[in-house]
Amino acid sequence: MAKTLYDKLWDAHLVQQNDDGTALIYIDRHLVHEVTSPQAFEGMRMAKRQPWRRESILAVPDHNVPTTDRSGPIADPVSRLQVQTLDDNCDTFGITEFKMNDLRQGVVHIIGPEQGATLPGMTVVCGDSHTSTHGAFGSLAFGVGTSDVEHVLATQCLVLKKSRSMLVSVDGAVGPGVTAKDIVLAIIGKIGTAGGTGYVIEFAGEAIRALSMEGRMTVCNMAIEAGARAGFIAADEKTIEYVQGRPFSPRGEKLEKAIVYWQTLHSDQGATFDHEVHIEAASIKPQVTWGTSPEMVVQVDSKVPNPDDEADEVKADGMRKALQYMGLKAGTPIKDIKLDKVFIGSCTNGRIEDFRAAAKVVAGKKIASNIKLAMVVPGSGLVKQQAEQEGLDKIFTSAGFEWREPGCSMCLAMNADRLAPGERCASTSNRNFEGRQGQGGRTHLVSPAMAAAAAIAGHFVDIREI
Amino acid sequence: MKAFKKVNGLVLPIDRSNVDTDAIIPKQYLKSISRTGFGPNLFDDWRYLDPGEPGMDHSKRRINPDFVINQERYQNAEVVLARDNFGCGSSREHAVWAMVDYGIRVVIAPSFADIFFNNTFKNGLLSIILDADVIDRLFDEVEANPGYKLEIDLEAKTITTPSGDVIAFEIDDFRRNNLLKGLDDIDLTLHNNADAIKAYEAKRKQEAPWLF
Repeated sequence: MAKTLYDKLWDAHLVQQNDDGTALIYIDRHLVHEVTSPQAFEGMRMAKRQPWRRESILAVPDHNVPTTDRSGPIADPVSRLQVQTLDDNCDTFGITEFKMNDLRQGVVHIIGPEQGATLPGMTVVCGDSHTSTHGAFGSLAFGVGTSDVEHVLATQCLVLKKSRSMLVSVDGAVGPGVTAKDIVLAIIGKIGTAGGTGYVIEFAGEAIRALSMEGRMTVCNMAIEAGARAGFIAADEKTIEYVQGRPFSPRGEKLEKAIVYWQTLHSDQGATFDHEVHIEAASIKPQVTWGTSPEMVVQVDSKVPNPDDEADEVKADGMRKALQYMGLKAGTPIKDIKLDKVFIGSCTNGRIEDFRAAAKVVAGKKIASNIKLAMVVPGSGLVKQQAEQEGLDKIFTSAGFEWREPGCSMCLAMNADRLAPGERCASTSNRNFEGRQGQGGRTHLVSPAMAAAAAIAGHFVDIREI
Repeated sequence: MKAFKKVNGLVLPIDRSNVDTDAIIPKQYLKSISRTGFGPNLFDDWRYLDPGEPGMDHSKRRINPDFVINQERYQNAEVVLARDNFGCGSSREHAVWAMVDYGIRVVIAPSFADIFFNNTFKNGLLSIILDADVIDRLFDEVEANPGYKLEIDLEAKTITTPSGDVIAFEIDDFRRNNLLKGLDDIDLTLHNNADAIKAYEAKRKQEAPWLF
């Protein structure tokens, strides 16, 4: 019978099928960070348990770390304790960790692929919803809560129910200036933030295959914003080329054997999905979110929508609340929205290609006078090093951007990087929820090139017009 | 985990869809390394008028009288009535810990985000999905009747309204059984499946040696 990629990944990791419909699924890679792990390690300690397979774990502090000077200890004592707790737990339990001042430190979803710790066909979990990122490699990757972090630490498995499968096919080629970020925001705009609930999404179609591995990671990263726990893309030649020669990836005979398997990581011809969505790539324009949910998104050349035009009363009410929070009026052209801050980084758009795209827009220009802060936060120490070797840091700093140390930073504002109440930010991150980037802060999600262009102009501009 | 059998609790209506985990518990409180103490910060941004930080005396902060959780008639609520896609956003189990710490035992909504939904059952919090029209009716009834309580019986899989209407709900057997008995998932897996996991690993080492 023809199988979907999801069927193949599920079957390969099935330890036991239970009569009640649940299944025990084996986890190959467990990524750990400081925020969602302390209570899990504490549980292990209380029950006097040891990790089932410590070599499967890679840990890194990313959410709390400062992106400024790191020569001293973290200034915030609560953040410092949490990072110290991760260090102590990893030392105690014998877990590989890239500590804060390690060159390899970075956002957990950036360093997994960068190190070759994420491989095609794996199951990957982490106590973080953006774990779906790793699905770009043809792997089954999803976020879990702390109880499940502990469950994987103790048993290397999770008790799961198989999800329904959805195919999202982006057909044809995108136009100039349209990036992976615009594709995934357009998908979320179409299916909604709950459209993928109960599903896993396979992204396919010409426009998805045409993306680089980094672009594919951006798309899979935001599968969770469409409600799907996991999003993935079939492995192909690009995938297999990308993963080779990295510190954790296989070599020699093991690699040869792996490649044979990796080439099977696609849905079979004739495989059926529970739901299919088709989008014409040519119809996608650069996207900007206007509200407080990623589904509240429009094309850059359009206007802030009017709740009165929405038939569903609960939805219209949500739109009114969002407009009020965002300080926007229905009918305002997106390009007239002025900004206070710009953030380029995160697990969504914190990789080298993102910074190259932004630097290309910024080169030789200055940020607008109304921009109080424009910051670039590399996804990892290695991304930072690469960017500096290419001279991208100089391009950004000459234009007036701040060039920071790697971490999650103002994507969720757990460290010192945050918006003040009422401040408006063009951000390459993944969530525009109320208060996400700081209490009262207003977030607009965009691609790196669109964020860079907004920093120069002081308001949104259509990247296709510059 | 505490066993769950039956609750007869006051209902707190949260009348908006897409309530995300950042709204349930803002990020600054995730710096805690404990599972408890999040209750005073449940819905922090909506609940207080001034900004909050960990370590503050939250009882001294300015409360938002317009937000339901602060209204007299909803004090000591144990059941949250919510709208579509409740708990969307991050995987933070702190959102569930905050609800449990506040005293919530049951959440009822037309739909939940997957990770949040899964997290609730690991902490003895019962999430129930009902049809949107039933939810609409419950919102109306709560609004019209101060002191409105629902009786949730997990054994019988029923919700009983104050007027005696009985609403049946679905829950999968694995979760129901674990909740009823207060079973620990890890104990169960190690007790029932350790040999199967070892056998799987031995086979997998042969098939996919690059993973080990």
